Amino acid sequence: MANDVALTVKALKTYIYTNNRCNRALDGVSFEIRQGKTLCIVGESGCGKSVTAASIMQLLPTLSRIEEGEITYHGPDGPVRIDQLPRDGAKMRAIRGKEIAMIFQDPMTALNPVYSIGFQIKEMLKYHTGLGRSDRHSKAIDLLRSMGIPLPKKRVNEYPHLYSGGMRQRAMIAIGMSCNPRILIADEPTTALDVTIQAQIFELMDTLKRDHGTAIMLITHDMGVVAELADDVAVMYMGNIVEAGPVGKVLRNPVHPYTRALLDSIPVLGRGKDQEIKAIPGQTPDPYNRPKGCQFADRCAYRIGACDQMPDEMQVAPDHRVTCWRYEEFAADAAE
Amino acid sequence: MQPNDPILKLRDVQVHFPVKTGVFKRVTGHVRAVDGVDLDVRRGEVLGLVGESGCGKTTLGKAILQLVRATQGTVTYSGEDGETELTSLDDAGLFRFRKRLQIVFQDPHSSLNPAFTIFGSLEDPLRHYGVKTREERRKIVGDLLEAVNMRRESMDRYPHEFSGGQRQRIGIARALSIEPELIVCDEAVSALDVSIQAQVLQLLMALKREKNLTYVFITHDLSVTEYLCDRIAVMYLGKIVELCDAEDLYANTLHPYSEALLSAIPVADLDKKSRRIVLQGDVPSPVNPPSGCPFHPRCRYAVDRCKTEVPELRRFKSAKGEHMAACHLIDQPLAE
Repeated sequence: MANDVALTVKALKTYIYTNNRCNRALDGVSFEIRQGKTLCIVGESGCGKSVTAASIMQLLPTLSRIEEGEITYHGPDGPVRIDQLPRDGAKMRAIRGKEIAMIFQDPMTALNPVYSIGFQIKEMLKYHTGLGRSDRHSKAIDLLRSMGIPLPKKRVNEYPHLYSGGMRQRAMIAIGMSCNPRILIADEPTTALDVTIQAQIFELMDTLKRDHGTAIMLITHDMGVVAELADDVAVMYMGNIVEAGPVGKVLRNPVHPYTRALLDSIPVLGRGKDQEIKAIPGQTPDPYNRPKGCQFADRCAYRIGACDQMPDEMQVAPDHRVTCWRYEEFAADAAE
Repeated sequence: MQPNDPILKLRDVQVHFPVKTGVFKRVTGHVRAVDGVDLDVRRGEVLGLVGESGCGKTTLGKAILQLVRATQGTVTYSGEDGETELTSLDDAGLFRFRKRLQIVFQDPHSSLNPAFTIFGSLEDPLRHYGVKTREERRKIVGDLLEAVNMRRESMDRYPHEFSGGQRQRIGIARALSIEPELIVCDEAVSALDVSIQAQVLQLLMALKREKNLTYVFITHDLSVTEYLCDRIAVMYLGKIVELCDAEDLYANTLHPYSEALLSAIPVADLDKKSRRIVLQGDVPSPVNPPSGCPFHPRCRYAVDRCKTEVPELRRFKSAKGEHMAACHLIDQPLAE
């Protein structure tokens, strides 16, 4: 078990400071990413999904910092505490991109419009591998070809604006995969894309996982994507992981009221017009003015007095944890 | 006026935008955004318009409202005062009909003027359509806000004070303010988080029942369409490729594009993991659409005939009313 863990995050607290106010964006988040598996982090906007990714990559905005907790990368040369490395030190730069790569949400803003796609792929190869100039060029063409981009020899010299949305995202994945990273962090990689293009990208990510044993951390807000791709799921709400476990357990027997409400609020294709969808009342609280205790309590139908205190993480099963005072009732209910 | 009578009839509607190049802005081609659409919108139904980005669904929605004028074809509105060809009217002539046809825009952040209070935004249509006194307008705006589950007092606040879901509800209130008969919802829930999306969907359905509205619901999300719509029209490259009852589309898919589209959607149901049909390539450019069937370069069933002959929208047998599809390879069309 311990061998195949690629990255461990333990009780991570990342705070962001603006206008003399503090947003506790991550308030004690723990999870691990396993080699050759996909961990999906799912939640609504503002719940801290992207901050988690930025913390791991050390790409946080200037006015923010990791206050507490550990991020440990289990690399080939033993564990490395990423949170203790200087943000732009040599060691961090060697890991970022080579060992842990990231795909961003919007390929148009993440790619540099004044450099050709080929240049941007070759840049990675230049800093992270010992390949010579012509080898880098042919590797870039190979990468584009393996991403299913037509005419890679011609396309390698083209600029991002000549690529369609799906091709740009594939070019981004090509950059991410160029050094065969052990961990790939994908932050809503298909949100801006059409479903048929999304299917192409997913197919690609499945292949990477199978062929290279890459550990994937996929950030999404779409429960459908989770059901399709994930091996493990972590559901986030307002900077906390409220429920985490293998996808079969979390989606089939959700224990946390938020996970249940989330699943009940989406129409599922193929269930027709008779399905009942239940909206979650209210809205996510203001991050600067958080409720005390359980963050979901104000919108929760099962609120009790104890919810004024933040519940501890409880184990439903060895691999299934939940942050809710009443989890035992829900777990018994789910088991039926 | 029977409930199922068409409220709008579209006949061979085409919207072509000129492509201008060079210093002299010579017209070098046309974007065929909508390329010959025949469609009836029935009174009291929810008609879904689905397709990938660039397929012309938004342009068709705007052409219905005469926000862009069709380059060819007719849009006919039938109401209590008989049939009127909207496409032949000038702006002054349209004034009377704008009241009956309204739109809810996709992006709740850019569709409300940030310099106006909510009352300022919502009173405008009322003033144009004859509500003379300010007191009366304030009363109506207050009622509208209550109808979309918001507080009356919100009318004196500015858009930035509201969350995305609230702003979308304000957008719906604005569309409702002059009591239209038909509302075009252009991706009205796509920008919202899932828990908020369910709230807005339920609101739309409640308002429809209460006020006897007709919706044209434009979206790329087929799960939402299936839940909400009575009939669904699938568009590809400016043409309708399949038009049928919502449940029929899923249970009895005819067109290969609809089949691929449905299979590409991640379903939040672990027991329904289907095989993805991965379409190759991207949607072709509407400036230079492929010959014959526009879908043939990506279609896995394509035969030679598809490359040359444009398929007509034909009627097929179905338990649930009419089922139309445009494909050469489907057998047994019903005789006209």
